[in-house]
Amino acid sequence: MIFDVKIIISLKSGMLDPEACAIQHALSNLGFETEYLTNSKLYNVGIKAEDAESAKARAEEMCGRLLANPVIQSYSVEVTE
Amino acid sequence: MRFAVLQFGGSNCDKDALHVLRDVCGVDTDLIWYRDGLKRDYDGIVIPGGFSYGDYLRAGAIATRTPVMADVVRHADKGGLVLGICNGAQISAESSLVPGVFTINEYPKFICREVFLRVENADSPFTSAYSEGEVIRLPIAHKEGRYVASPDDIAALKAEKRVAFCFCDEDGEVTPESNPNGTTDNITGILGKGGNVLAMMPHPERASEDVLGSSDGKKIFDSMISYIESL
Repeated sequence: MIFDVKIIISLKSGMLDPEACAIQHALSNLGFETEYLTNSKLYNVGIKAEDAESAKARAEEMCGRLLANPVIQSYSVEVTE
Repeated sequence: MRFAVLQFGGSNCDKDALHVLRDVCGVDTDLIWYRDGLKRDYDGIVIPGGFSYGDYLRAGAIATRTPVMADVVRHADKGGLVLGICNGAQISAESSLVPGVFTINEYPKFICREVFLRVENADSPFTSAYSEGEVIRLPIAHKEGRYVASPDDIAALKAEKRVAFCFCDEDGEVTPESNPNGTTDNITGILGKGGNVLAMMPHPERASEDVLGSSDGKKIFDSMISYIESL
């Protein structure tokens, strides 16, 4: 079965996010005041696996080996069929 | 003695590094296309600057996962010298040859200018031609050069004298004002655990001949060559 897996890579809390700061500033210039703004990357990945659990494990391995840098980033994985 | 300069899709300082090693320092040097791998042993490997794979994912992340980098890690594990410059520094960090990561500048724009650096450790294979505390002038050209590492890693780098270069002012003072990209504690040159890897954001290959306005960077290549000759 092919599972649709959403992988979200975010900066760990407390890490400076200059891009998010610049976007927030630009929004402010347009009159949109925001209390906070974070910047994440979303990957939609199709993974063929026996069950949702092994698809999730595979996606987490991808995060560990390539998609996220553990020094500054965290990840979350959501599996749907 | 033989050096290798790696070449990935998107490398753009490879020919500059090759020129300095071959023509300025007079060392036999091979340009290695990443797909060809390292077919022989080398005394020193330079991972040059550029924008390998368009900086997709994270700067250096994709180049790090190519087979030639496994060869480079094996070379480093055996004590061989590796110099990572700019994108090469990002690749070195992604490859865990040095701890931490080089990420987007505090003010998120590309910076291209000359900076002053203080030599923090003149005992390494890359810096022995300098004296400790010497102030040198090199160009930087990056958008993702802000060094970030865990507090434990930063403490270990300092305790083990593995900070090679810090951004400073003309007088050698390491100040917040002389930090161009928000890097942690002005650090911009980091030695690997065995001291045989140097990852640095400034470009020594662009400042290795007087005609270019500074030859301060040449001493890095001179240091590597002296170290290899001393083995």
